[in-house]
Amino acid sequence: MAKVEYRKCTEHSVFFWGLLGLHILVIAAGLGAALYMEHYGHIVTGMSNQIVWGTPHVFAVFLIVAASGALNVASFSSVFLRLAYKPYARLSGLLAIALLAGGLAVLVLDLGRPDRLTVAMTTYNFKSIFAWNIYLYTGFMGIVAAYLFVMMDRQLQRSSLPTRVMGGIAFFWRFALTTGTGSIFGFLIARDAYSAAVMAPLFIAASFVYGLAFTVLVLLMMSREVRRSLIDDDMLGKFRGLFILFSLAVLYLTALHHLTKLYAAEYRSVEAFLLRDGGIYTAVFWLGHIGAGNLLPLGILLIWGSGRHAWHAVATAAILFLIGGVAHMYVTIIGGQAFPLRLFPGMEVTSSFQDGAVAGYWPSIPEILLGVSGISIAMLITGFGLKLLPFLPRLAGGSPLQST
Amino acid sequence: MTEGCSGANGSCQCKTGDRREDAAMQSRRNFLLRTAALATILAPGVTLYAFGGEAAAANPTPPVSSKVRWGLLIDASKCEESCTACVEACSSAYGWKSTGHPGTDPQWIRKVSAKDPKSGAGFSVPVMCQHCANPPCVDVCPTGASFKRADGIVLVDRHICIGCRYCMMACPYKARSFVHEPVTDQKPDAPRGKGTVESCTLCAHRIDAGGVPHCVEACKKAGREAILFGDLNDPSSEIAKRVATYRTARIREDLGCDTGVYYTNI
Amino acid sequence: MVRALIAALLLGASIAGVYVPAALAQSQTGAQNDLVPHPPKGRGEHCVADTAFMRRYHMTMLKHQRDETVHEGVRGKPFSIGGCISCHAVKGADGLPVSYEDPKHFCRSCHDYAAVSIDCFECHASRPGPKPQDASAEPEPGAPGSTALANYLQESHP
Repeated sequence: MAKVEYRKCTEHSVFFWGLLGLHILVIAAGLGAALYMEHYGHIVTGMSNQIVWGTPHVFAVFLIVAASGALNVASFSSVFLRLAYKPYARLSGLLAIALLAGGLAVLVLDLGRPDRLTVAMTTYNFKSIFAWNIYLYTGFMGIVAAYLFVMMDRQLQRSSLPTRVMGGIAFFWRFALTTGTGSIFGFLIARDAYSAAVMAPLFIAASFVYGLAFTVLVLLMMSREVRRSLIDDDMLGKFRGLFILFSLAVLYLTALHHLTKLYAAEYRSVEAFLLRDGGIYTAVFWLGHIGAGNLLPLGILLIWGSGRHAWHAVATAAILFLIGGVAHMYVTIIGGQAFPLRLFPGMEVTSSFQDGAVAGYWPSIPEILLGVSGISIAMLITGFGLKLLPFLPRLAGGSPLQST
Repeated sequence: MTEGCSGANGSCQCKTGDRREDAAMQSRRNFLLRTAALATILAPGVTLYAFGGEAAAANPTPPVSSKVRWGLLIDASKCEESCTACVEACSSAYGWKSTGHPGTDPQWIRKVSAKDPKSGAGFSVPVMCQHCANPPCVDVCPTGASFKRADGIVLVDRHICIGCRYCMMACPYKARSFVHEPVTDQKPDAPRGKGTVESCTLCAHRIDAGGVPHCVEACKKAGREAILFGDLNDPSSEIAKRVATYRTARIREDLGCDTGVYYTNI
Repeated sequence: MVRALIAALLLGASIAGVYVPAALAQSQTGAQNDLVPHPPKGRGEHCVADTAFMRRYHMTMLKHQRDETVHEGVRGKPFSIGGCISCHAVKGADGLPVSYEDPKHFCRSCHDYAAVSIDCFECHASRPGPKPQDASAEPEPGAPGSTALANYLQESHP
């Protein structure tokens, strides 16, 4: 096997710096939005007593799920000993930390009292999956940092054991993390759209897709930046195969989730709402999550994924998978809240507190800015990480960059 | 040299070592006695300060006990759709009110009207925090701010609430409200502020003083007496007797939350 | 050596330059020393604990008691914030107790000096409420200064 050398990204293209500058602007806008929301209260957002979690949570959960999936490439090489993926393991670890940091930042800034973060970090109710998540998320960052250290240290690299051990721990931890994230919703008995054990494996399958999409897009962007291909055709074919596999898994588990709920008479009304009568939620589910987010990129990969257009196909598919991911989170989080709680099953209920009524929600500008700034935080950390640390692989005898 | 030695010609007949030891021990003893005396004098003062000064002798109420379980019994047949006396009483006592934004306005208690679509039969009842014995909101709170008091009242400790709203996602009864705007002019016994979650407290401070919740009192004043308050664990209380005698129902009893609010004629 | 002497003289002069005018002003006008806070005296003979103790430990006592009250329902102990407010209410020009937006508020007299911002009054009332027998009285819709209080809280506690 060719020895892999790693290097920092020492190129300084205007485009790259421009992109980092754009991320800084978006982050500044997001922080300003968070300050605005904290100062005036959540009345300035679209959230209400019915839709309590809005757009920031959509992006935050999306980024956290993607973060655990981004570690997959490293896990393939360390845990499953697929050495073809080894050159990308360091980048994969960095991306995992960056995406998680972005998601957590958005989550914390959307709290009603973000000044009480120290309370959240010192006072725990361990029956709450949220409390476990605090340790799972921060622990993940520490473990991946240790994993990166093990991968980079020359002494430790003399034997393959430290990498396998750390890789194994990170793999197990990342599964626990995604299970915990899915269980935030899966454990809730109150909402008809949630309360399902399948939500945890569904989130794990989704994490594979989003994490790989981010990894591929970052690799393609950096290939452009260093003017040398970081992925050869063989690797591209592997990524394509993984995308197809993971996307099919997401479709399968989504279908399982909804079909099971449709079968039970008590959940038929919420399923009819999400799948047929929900207006924007139905549209986002079918066109966003299923259509543009899974079927369309699957088609692109199957038809154009090998051959002349493979690069374009994979890049386009990755972007579509990410859009589908945001749509998936939107339908899950917001659509699930929009459907009213069933206080008196079978009865038509009205009240001054919007009982029995489908809740309306429009994302507000501060929410969107805050949510999107999470992606920018992740990308900024990745960009600086790649510049400062030797994470980019240089394959011996690497192929030249395909002209776009 | 040889202190305490009184030998005639400067020589010491006593056992000098012992004498010196005695003297040293004596001075040590004195020192210890003096310190102990000082400490004994100071200690009450220090203790007094440590445990709150001279006014610590005031009469605090004892901690609430799980021997008691507070509950409500609401009779839907006495409750009229147009009457909102309970809602208004709670609202004016605690200072939450409509600000023209129905989506974000807090509602600790609201009147819910339910109608059977097939037969048209219906009822109207007040719904508030059900003070469950297995509260999902308490399970999910990351800091433990949402908690169940020993006597069954489910409360939000707003000092440690971080405003994550997970309890609002978890509550099957939509009991919780989030404070979306800054609050001013709070009632002194009803602190509430922006960024935290709130819900019906079963007027904990009133019942700790032996009273009844505002909604119960207001309903009585309005002449309906639809809401009854009492100790569910006390078999001689009115509420326990009625729950044992009449057919009562609880909202979404199938969820297993074991709520403390019972309804009849729904 | 000479340089050290000059430096010491300059230092001494600058220190004196701060204290001497203040002392002079105090002795001439009889006004209070502006270098330390002067919280107004509360109602009654004495506080629930010694001044020096309260100065250092009031927050600890408040926090401990609030946990007892909120979680265990223990009421009537001396260190409640409502208790502080009821004795330490400072009357304004109109004879009514001032709220936290007014610099004369008891808590602000020290906290402004120490530049330690507190957020108690984002939730707690900063003025004593009506006496218990008036609890059934109608609440006044717009208490004096409530808008100013809102503005002040917004500015100082974003």
